[in-house]
Parts: sequence; C-alpha cells; structure tokens
Amino acid sequence: MAHIKTLQELFRRYRRPGDIVFAIVFLAFSLFLLSQLYSETAWLKRTNWYAQPRFWPAVSLVGMAIFACLHFIGSICSPRILGRWKEVAFWVSSLEFVLYFLAYVVLVPQLGYLPSTVLFTVFLTIRIGETRIVNLLSAVGFAIAVAIIFRAFLQVKIPAGRIYEALPDGIRAFALTYL
Amino acid sequence: METFFSGLTLLAQWEVLVALAIGSIGGVIIGAIPGVGAAVAIAILLPATFAFEPIVGLTLLLGVYGSSMYGGAIPAILINTPGTAVNALTTYDGYPMTKDGRGHRALSLAYSASFFGGIFSVVCLIVLSPVLAMIAPHFGSREIFLAALMGIILVVVAHRGQVFAAGMLACFGIFISTIGLEPAKYTKRFTFDQSWLASGIDLIVVVLGLFAISQALLLLVDKEHKPGSANVDGNLFAGLKDLFQFKRVASVSSGLGVLMGMIPGVGEFTAQFLSYTYAQKTSKKPDLFGKGSPEGLVASEAANNAVPGAAMIPLLALGIPGEALTAMMLSVFYVHNVIPGPQLFQGQLDFVVALYLALIVLNVIVLVFLLFSTNLLLKIIQIPTRFLGVMILTLSFVGVYSLRNSVTDCAIASAFGVFGLILKRLNLPIVPIILGMVLGGIMEVKLRSAMARVKSPLDFIDRPIAAILFLLIIGILVLHVRAVIHEQKARKQQREEGSSDMSTQQG
Repeated sequence: MAHIKTLQELFRRYRRPGDIVFAIVFLAFSLFLLSQLYSETAWLKRTNWYAQPRFWPAVSLVGMAIFACLHFIGSICSPRILGRWKEVAFWVSSLEFVLYFLAYVVLVPQLGYLPSTVLFTVFLTIRIGETRIVNLLSAVGFAIAVAIIFRAFLQVKIPAGRIYEALPDGIRAFALTYL
Repeated sequence: METFFSGLTLLAQWEVLVALAIGSIGGVIIGAIPGVGAAVAIAILLPATFAFEPIVGLTLLLGVYGSSMYGGAIPAILINTPGTAVNALTTYDGYPMTKDGRGHRALSLAYSASFFGGIFSVVCLIVLSPVLAMIAPHFGSREIFLAALMGIILVVVAHRGQVFAAGMLACFGIFISTIGLEPAKYTKRFTFDQSWLASGIDLIVVVLGLFAISQALLLLVDKEHKPGSANVDGNLFAGLKDLFQFKRVASVSSGLGVLMGMIPGVGEFTAQFLSYTYAQKTSKKPDLFGKGSPEGLVASEAANNAVPGAAMIPLLALGIPGEALTAMMLSVFYVHNVIPGPQLFQGQLDFVVALYLALIVLNVIVLVFLLFSTNLLLKIIQIPTRFLGVMILTLSFVGVYSLRNSVTDCAIASAFGVFGLILKRLNLPIVPIILGMVLGGIMEVKLRSAMARVKSPLDFIDRPIAAILFLLIIGILVLHVRAVIHEQKARKQQREEGSSDMSTQQG
C-alpha cells in the first residue's frame, strides 16, 4: 500500500480542467498510429537498421505511446479541478472561428485578396460584438493596410481574384497585380 | 579586421538597415501588446521574408526576437500584465515598485538591464567566435547527431513538472517530421494513401498553427479584456546610472542568460529562474524580493535579454536551433540554401559578423526608441483582446497561404491551431513539438551518415567532442533523476512536518 502511495506521489502534478480528456485522446491517438506502423512504413531488405524508413517513425511512436501513457497515469494520480466539460466546450467553440477562417481561404482566389480580407475582418469584428463604427472602420483600415503591405508592397505570393477579370481595362491590370 | 569591414558593408545596405529598424521597433510594439509575443510575429513574418536576401530577412526576424522582451517589460511593470511570457518574472518586483510610486525607476532600470544583457551577450558572441570557428569544423555527423539528441533531452527535462507531456510532444514532433516521402529510399511513411500527405507537413504550417492561429483562437473565444491604462512620468535616463549599483547582479544574470541561451532546449525561463535565485540569495535585502526589489527586476530583465544573442550560437555554429524562434529562423537559412554550421564560420564569417553587428545596433535603436516613446506605446497597446484575435487570424492567413497557395496547408494549420489552443489552455508546452520536428529531421540524416563509418557502438564516441557530448547526455539524465528524488524526499519531509502546502508539480 505504501509503495502504491509513493508511486502515486511520484506521478502527481498540476492538472487543469480537461487534462484527463486530452491525456486519453492523445494516448488513443498514439496507440492508433503505433498500430499502423507496419502498414504505413516499409522495412527494406539489404538495408541497415539506422537507414530503414521504419526506424524513426518507430522510435518516435514508441516514445509517444510511453510518454502519453505516463502522462495519463499522472493525470489519474493528480488532484482534479472541476470544470472538465466546460473546458472541452471551450475547445470545441474555437471550431466556429476555424470555419470562418477556412471560408476566407476559399474566398480569396474568387473575390481577390483585398475584398475578401475587408469582408473577413468586418464580419469577425461584428461577430465578436465590436459593432461601434470606430471598430468597424478600424477593421476596414487594418484589412486595407494588410492587403497593400503584403500583396502590393512585399509582393507575397497570393493569387489575384477571379472577379478582377470583370473589371474595366484601366483598373484590371492594377487590381491583378496589386490588390 | 577585413572580415569586420566586410560584415559592416553587408549591414550598411539600406534594405538591411530598414529591416533592422522595422524589426526592432515593431518587435518592441509587438512585445508590449499582451497576448502577442515574438513567436507569433516571427511565425507570421517568416514566409514574407523568403523573398528577401537572407541577411535582410534574418535581420528583420532578429530585430523582432531581440526587442520584444524590452517591450514586454512595460505592461509587466506598469499594469501587472507581462507583454510576453518571459516577462512574467518582471511583474514580481516591477509592479510593486509601480504601486510604491517608483514606476519610472522600475522602467528605466528594466530598459538599462535589458540593454546591458543584450550587449553582454553580443560581446560574448564576438569573443567566443574565434573559439567557435576553431571547434565547429570538428563537429562531424555523429557530433551533430549527439548535440541534437542532447537538445531533445534538454527540452524535455527542462520542463519541470511536465516532463511526460514534454516527452510525448517532442516525440510527436519527431513523428511529424517523418511523415511523407522518405528522402533516402523514397518510400511512403504515414501518408494513408493521401496525396496531400506525400510531401510531408511543412514546419512553417505547424509553427503558424501552433503559435499564431492558436493564439488568435484563444483571444477570439476567451472573454474580452482590455489592458488597463497607465502613464509614466519622470526621467527614464536615470536607470542607466542606477544600473551601476547592481552591476554584479546584472553581470551574473547576463552571464547565466548567455549560458542558458547557448544550451539547446533551455532558454529564457531557466536563465531567469537561476539569476533571480542567485540575486535573492546574495542580496543584502532578500526579503524585498517579490515586493519591489530593484535587484530582482535587474536579474530578470538582464537574463532574458541575454538569451537571443546567445541562442544564435548553436544555430550559426552547428545548425542546431535551441528553441522555437531559432528553429523558425533556420528555415530562412534553408530557403536561401545557406546552410548554417561549421562551413558558415569558415566560408562566410562576414555574414556572421554582420548578424552580430545587427544585434548591437538593434539594442541601441530599441533603447533610444523606448526612452522617448514609452507613453506613446502605452496608448498603442490598448487594443481590445478579441480585436487583436481578428488581427492575428487575418495575418496568419498571409503566412500559411503564401507558402504554396494551398487550402490543405491552411486546414492543417487550423488543426494545429486548435491543438495549440488546447495545449495553451492546459498549460502544456508547445516548444517540444517544434524542436522535435527540427531536431528529429537533423538526427535522422546525421545518424544515417554517421553510422556508415561506425563499426562498433564504441566507435560512435571515440572522437573527443562526441565523447564529451555523450558524457554530458548521461550527466543530464543522472542529474534529472537525482533532482526528482530530491524533490520527492523534500515533499515527503514537508508532509511529515504537517505542512498544508500541496505542490503538484512533478516530473
């Protein structure tokens, strides 16, 4: 009994709400990857162990599984702070913004960098409840500054919007290169 | 001398000077805004710098890296909110000093100590350069493999109380680096027959997800909180003279900063912890620590600002990044086909000298900027946190999408963003993933080339540097086990004495 208690002490650490959920999911993920080691990597004939394609994935996945297991044990042995599912809900709620981000990514080649950035920043500003005119103008100003600095000035590789093709001759070339 | 002038000529190009000015002033502003640190800024700027000459891109990033901690001290001292994570210790003594009406003294001391730490580390770099140039060529494949292995072990054991988590995340990083088409035999690894996984997962996509997108999501989902307002009156130049009273603490702390910066996997937190403990133990007024001790403030700021310069040592001399920010800088080298390592010191010493000089100039620019514009900065940082989240998310797009115009990259970065958010919420470390990715790749390549000439296991460590590195690795592991046993005994003793203090930090 005393030994178990000492072992428990050894694994005890600071544990935030939701820690055990993460520990379980990460352990399951590590074990899943480890189970795929044989089918997803090759072991070649006439090749030394250190040059085998399977060697480093095996080292990393075994390490991952062992440490994830110890981390999980640590989570069980440590005092719990309440609020597990509230914390998980917090993680999940971030997916809403991921969705907006991916929609923005899809929009850029269609609408062009400048218009979609303005749309994206204004939409997010409204979404977070900053609906005062000053904030909306700041969002527009920020979007224009970012688009001009990165696309026009730094010439960062972002494709021109399909919609620019429909613009009148004079502006089209300018928009295709700079906006 | 010829190399020095050649380095000076490299630095004197207008593009380099503009990059240095933008990087250092931008870095101070970014550092001063709570919620955005140098890592977020560097991750976003990284792909944009690929279009520049290596020296221009690196000076820009170096400017942000070296100056953000100066800026981070301002909200730490005046409003008790560290601008960057490494300024957390500054709040211990800085904020109590502000409450006592000594805010301007705390700020001027912090600037002076940071300046001292920054310059001290560059001087060390310059002094150590000839030694490095001499030792670096003796680093062959097996030495670099052992140094990278030591970096991984150090980054794991340095996370006291989170060793298991750091271990699993470092291994996860190594695993990510193996995904895709394997470079020597061209077999697929963990691609699950998906074409988008065949080219592997790009380091920058992971960095942007874990640092920038995760921070944006965190700020967007969390409750709104605007940093409090503050103002500072009084002469900020006084701190330069004031620092002479604490020259012993400043020198030792900077020395510790340099030492911890040089060792891969350690960094600012350990440097600060050691120097703060040293300052407290040797102080005539140890009771004042945590209640507004200028010595504590000097120890914390001098130590953290000495790290960036020193962190360039393993990167430049061996091509081994010691922490996440230098790992990001490594990709700038790779993109331009400049391979940092022994050859750099032999063939392009002027490039190295130019980087040293850039570090000195950036410290001067930042100090002058701060002495005149602290109050202006205090107004700039009043950005609502959720709006800050919008800004970071918008900028993250440029970083990820400009790499290959790939929607898949953006989706992967978003997935790492959510993963980073969970890690941040759980107070688990992110850096081991990045170091695992970079050092894992280095270890794979170097082990393969080293083993070709090794007949028995002992051959691996038959050269002096390899033997020293091997002994160091054994020493680190033994010391870690010893420290865990000591902590355990101390806790047991505390319990027997009936103490109610429940420390849950354990490795």
